[in-house]
Amino acid sequence: MRSIAAVNDFVVRFANVNGTGSASANNMFAKAIFRMGLPFSAKNIFPSNIQGLPTWYEVRISEKGYLGRRDGIDLMVCVNPQSLPQDVKSVRSGGYFVYDSTKILHPEFVREDITYIGIPMMEICLREYTDPRLRQLFKNMIYVGALSMLLDMDFEVFKGIIADEFKKKEKLIAPNINAMELGRNYVKEHYECPIGLRMETRDLVGDSIVLDGNSACGLGAVYGGATVAAWYPITPSTSLVNAFEKYANRLRIDKETGKKKFAVVQAEDELAAIGVAIGANWNGARSFTATSGPGVSLMNEFLGLAYFAEIPVVLTDVQRSGPSTGMPTRTQQSDITLAAYASHGDSKHILIFPSNPKECFELQALSFDLADRLQTPILVMIDLDLGMNEHLSPPLKWDDNRKYDLGKVYDAEDLENMAQYGRYLDTDGDGITYRTIPGTHPTKGSFFTRGTSRDEYARYTEDGAVYVRNMNRLLKKWDTAKEIIPQPELYQDGNQHKEGVIFFGTTTYSALEALDLLKEEGIEMDAMRLLSFPFSKKVEDFVNGHERIYVIEQNRDAQMRSLLINELEVDPKKLIRILNFDGMPITAAYISEQILEKMVVEKVE
Amino acid sequence: MTYVKPSFRHPELPKNDLGFTKKDYEGAISTLCGGCGHDSISGAITQACFEMAIAPHRLAKLSGIGCSSKTPTYFLGNSHGFNSVHGRMPSVATGANLANRDLIYMGVSGDGDTASIGMGQFVHAVRRNLNVVYIVMNNGCYGLTKGQDSATADVGSVSKNGINSFNAIDLPALALELGATFVARSFSGDRTQLIPLIKAAVSHHGFALIDVISPCVTFNNNTGSTKSYDYVREHITTADVVDYVPPGEEITMEYAEGSSAELTLHDGSMLQLHKLAPNWDPRDKLAAMQRIYLSRVNKEILTGLLYIDPDTQDLHDILNTVDKPLNELREEDLCPGSGALEEINRSLR
Repeated sequence: MRSIAAVNDFVVRFANVNGTGSASANNMFAKAIFRMGLPFSAKNIFPSNIQGLPTWYEVRISEKGYLGRRDGIDLMVCVNPQSLPQDVKSVRSGGYFVYDSTKILHPEFVREDITYIGIPMMEICLREYTDPRLRQLFKNMIYVGALSMLLDMDFEVFKGIIADEFKKKEKLIAPNINAMELGRNYVKEHYECPIGLRMETRDLVGDSIVLDGNSACGLGAVYGGATVAAWYPITPSTSLVNAFEKYANRLRIDKETGKKKFAVVQAEDELAAIGVAIGANWNGARSFTATSGPGVSLMNEFLGLAYFAEIPVVLTDVQRSGPSTGMPTRTQQSDITLAAYASHGDSKHILIFPSNPKECFELQALSFDLADRLQTPILVMIDLDLGMNEHLSPPLKWDDNRKYDLGKVYDAEDLENMAQYGRYLDTDGDGITYRTIPGTHPTKGSFFTRGTSRDEYARYTEDGAVYVRNMNRLLKKWDTAKEIIPQPELYQDGNQHKEGVIFFGTTTYSALEALDLLKEEGIEMDAMRLLSFPFSKKVEDFVNGHERIYVIEQNRDAQMRSLLINELEVDPKKLIRILNFDGMPITAAYISEQILEKMVVEKVE
Repeated sequence: MTYVKPSFRHPELPKNDLGFTKKDYEGAISTLCGGCGHDSISGAITQACFEMAIAPHRLAKLSGIGCSSKTPTYFLGNSHGFNSVHGRMPSVATGANLANRDLIYMGVSGDGDTASIGMGQFVHAVRRNLNVVYIVMNNGCYGLTKGQDSATADVGSVSKNGINSFNAIDLPALALELGATFVARSFSGDRTQLIPLIKAAVSHHGFALIDVISPCVTFNNNTGSTKSYDYVREHITTADVVDYVPPGEEITMEYAEGSSAELTLHDGSMLQLHKLAPNWDPRDKLAAMQRIYLSRVNKEILTGLLYIDPDTQDLHDILNTVDKPLNELREEDLCPGSGALEEINRSLR
């Protein structure tokens, strides 16, 4: 048997029982990789239940800096007997299988082509610890310790992490290190260490940080000036508002009074959540909500109102697998058409697509400016993978000179100096009109906000010509938006190629890696990463400038492709679907295979 | 079609402390049916706000969908208004209130808007003690869709659809159960009672429900309807009479001991209560619940201030938000800056 040998380029997967405290041990493993200066990506693969069922954590170490998911497990750490049969199967030929050998492995699960590393984890725990909870927790530390020895990782790094982790509970430092050493010593005595997989310290992560997208968005909302957050709990967006509240509690308490410069309302449902956000924005406070697909479905009616009545609001949609309840703990990018055209009638919304935590932070903060400038809903579209998993990211940055752009708002002085205020008068010709905040002026500037048709002075009307004028002005505003929302990123070397690739959000990591894989096959193409909808001139030019474009996305119906066809009036044949919708993040290998396959098909035709 | 009133003001019209005339508190011409109870309520709101000398721009009026929800157009033309979506006014009012705690919020709703589609939002606004005057214009039927029974229609009440078989939702009783801190019921035809109730509700620091029976002249004013003018006039019974005394004003009215009570509200204004029902004390929640129940059994329409807790914490107090309105906070108050961010970056390595 030939075992896999690799340095700084392999995949480790942990199979645990949900609710056994394995997450912190697994995160510690990932953090050690990071502190050894190695790029990594980590994915929680967890079921939709509270505890007791299998849960997995997958870490890819990539010296080349590839941060997308890679198929195939090189090393499996199986601490869950329930999932053992499938865990054994999932290891690549030549890979390694670390398991709890307190009980003998059934011969049925013995493969000839992988290396088994048995560690009697439970036995060691029973011997060393009397407290049942400690037995459980330290079992996790034992396998992390064993890995540090098997993979030749710097143990000092682990010690540093434990010291940081238990800064406020110092007496836990030594027992945790001790538990790791139990694992280290066991494998050292019984196996040849290191195995074929090794990690060598490098200096490849620079000043990067490790952060999940939801936390980054929550922090972005704090920096962006949001004062009201209204939400209804739903996976995978819950931790976003939790993060907002956590950071706001830390950074936004009035020093003199101890009072809060923010308000968080856990609403009774998603309908109320966005209603609160809209009410607050109407009244001049920056406000947002966060939800997932089922929540966006419920918020449709209010999104239509905010679009038509022109009220700023920010909604972050952390997408999961649908339709209906779908696979609530699996990732997808399948709310795109729902979000883009939410609500009845002719309505359409601005979507923003961050790709990493830094962008989550920046674009979430920017969304409040955009919502105020454009007086319309802004939907920040991330997904479970970006939202709930930790990602390597450039550090967060903030320009202290930055001023919040509150858009077109008349204050009391403006109103005093004008003959008549018209809420929906397009005085600047860009489709964006001036609003007033309630309470501004005693006799001027008040208007009625409504979802019914109205004239330029906010007076109710069913005059068809006035309605058409208003609807066309909203289109003009849509065109204005195209140039002020985040612009796409172009990946192009000197020569323009005939073929192009379009991707967005979390597919970016794997798409960029796939382009490298294709290059190895002698295939080169241009690429564009979308950051927003509607599509600006740059997107239009890119689409028009290429003969064929592969659109990579994580849903069944090629929703972004539909938007491109619909909004840019492109010949559908030109846009080729590259789709993955099994709930797992798309991989580079899959993308490159699909592109190669679709190229071959065309040649045969 | 638009309805705009002439802007002419007679120079001799009486003015309030702010120098506004009553006309300054009016809105557009009503498009509701002639004789609609809702118009009487709009008139009472206008009168109450004029007499209280509320600066019109310091009051925001919010509503949902339905005949009642149209009425904010017909009063306080100088106030910002928000005609939101069906049944969802409470959430919009919650957001608006969170953004600026200094304004007065008046939510206007109907029995369909509150007791059916909006029930979920209504009960949670009560629960949170949102500082809002919440007026339900209750006619027991759906006017805009031509007369279907609503959830507040009494069992046995006759509508164009026949006899209603379902139990009515009693909004004051429900609000009491949910912990509302100001609960009143009135009748659109009784301005003398309604105006002081509105004033008291404006001065109350917390959720103030006024359920106003407001007959629908077109679809539900027939013999057999328990929300018709005739039925209400025959079955109305009053719990108390309320006089509202604005803050700082000398109390000139005197009543015999034992028949009246005075309540000071958070803004220093005062309520004088004159009991009509025996043993009535609107601060006694248990008695109020019992009395409401008895009235229902006796087929009486009990009106007046049914319950008040003058010393309450509203949503802002509970959330412990700063005194300055959140919508007035700017970068320097809100943005922690690059230094704090660098600290956060460090903690993420």
